[in-house]
Amino acid sequence: MTDQSSQPENFEQLLRSTTGELIEKIEQGELVDAVNLLQQINDARNKNLYLEVGRLTRALHDAIRDFHLDTSAVVGAEDEFSDISDAADRLNYVINLTQDAANTTMDKVDECMPLASDLGDEARSLREEWARLKRREMKPEEFRDLYKRMDTFLESTEQKTTRLSSNFSEITLAQGYQDLTGQVVKKVIVLVHEVEDSLVDLVKMASQVDKITGIRHENAQQKTEVVDDSPTPEGPAINAEKRGIEVVSGQDEVDDLLSSLGF
Amino acid sequence: MNKDMKILIVDDFATMRRIVKNLLRDLGFNNTHEADDGLTAIPMLNTGNFDFVVTDWNMPGMTGFDLLKHIRADPELKDLPILMVTAESKREQIIAAAQAGVNGYIVKPFTAAVLKEKIEKIFERL
Repeated sequence: MTDQSSQPENFEQLLRSTTGELIEKIEQGELVDAVNLLQQINDARNKNLYLEVGRLTRALHDAIRDFHLDTSAVVGAEDEFSDISDAADRLNYVINLTQDAANTTMDKVDECMPLASDLGDEARSLREEWARLKRREMKPEEFRDLYKRMDTFLESTEQKTTRLSSNFSEITLAQGYQDLTGQVVKKVIVLVHEVEDSLVDLVKMASQVDKITGIRHENAQQKTEVVDDSPTPEGPAINAEKRGIEVVSGQDEVDDLLSSLGF
Repeated sequence: MNKDMKILIVDDFATMRRIVKNLLRDLGFNNTHEADDGLTAIPMLNTGNFDFVVTDWNMPGMTGFDLLKHIRADPELKDLPILMVTAESKREQIIAAAQAGVNGYIVKPFTAAVLKEKIEKIFERL
C-alpha cells in the first residue's frame, strides 16, 4: 500500500499551491478565474476519489477474503466450508475429546476403587488371622481354613492387580487427547491471528476513506456500561493481571474475602 | 448432618456433575440428583423437596447466580442452602454472590477436602 498513498499527497500539494492563487484572484475580483481554480481543485479531488475508491474496493475484497468467512449463503457456493465454521467444528471436537477422556478416566477409576478396597479388606483380615497363627492361637482346622483363604487371596490378588494395571494403562492412554486437542487449538490460534490482521487492515482502510473524502466522525458515543447487578460470568480468569481484573488466586483468598464480609 | 439429604447438582458440563457426584458419594451422600442449568433446576426444586443445592455459575439458559437470586426470592425455597462451585474468580463476583445470599463459594479447580470442609461449615451454621 506504499505507492498508493502518493495520490492523496499529490492532491494535498495541489490544494496548497492553488489556495494562494485562489485568494489572490478573489481579492483582485477575477471571479471567473477563481471559479475555474475551484473547478480544478474539485476535478482533482474527484479523480483522486475515484482512484482511491477503486483501490480500496480491491483491498476490501482481499481483506474480506482473508477473513475466511462463510460466504456460501451470499454467493451460493456450497462446495467449501469457511475457516471460521471449520474452527468452530474444531473447537467442538476439542470439547468432545476432552469430555470422552474425562469419562473414560472416571469410568476406569470407578472400576479400580472397589478392586483396591477389596484387596485391602482381605489383606487386613488375613493379617489378623496370620497374627493369631504366629501367636500359636490357631486350631488345626482354622489353620486349614486360613491355608485355603491364603491361596484364594493370592490368586485374586494376581487377577485384581492385573486388572488394576490394565485400567491404569487405559487411564494413561486416555490422556492422548492433550496432543490432539493441542494441535487443533494451535490451528485455531493461527486463524484468530489472521482474522485479527485482516481486521487491522480494514480499520486502516476505513481511516483512508475518511481522509480522502474528508469525512469527520462525531465523537463516537461512549459505550455506556449496562447497569446490572448480575456480574457477567466469564469462566476461568486467564491473563487477569494483564487485563486489570481483580481475581482471587485460590480458595484461601475466597475464604478470606468471604470472612471479611462476615461469613 | 444428615447423610440422606437430597442434593441437587447443577452444572452444564456432565463431566463436572459426575465429579461432584462422585466426591459427594465418597463423603457419604448418595441421594444426589442432576440438572444442567437454572431453568432445569427450578422445576425440580419446586417439586423435589431438596435439602441442598450445589451449583455452577456460568451456564447457558439460566446462570447459577440467577438461580441463587430466584431461590432467595421464592418464599418456598428461600432457606435452601446453596454452595457455589465455579471457575468465576473475580472479587466482585464473589462479593455479589455473598450479597445475594450464597452459603458457600468454591473456586474450580477444587479438592475433595475443600468440598467436605465447605459442606460441613454450611450445615454447622444452619
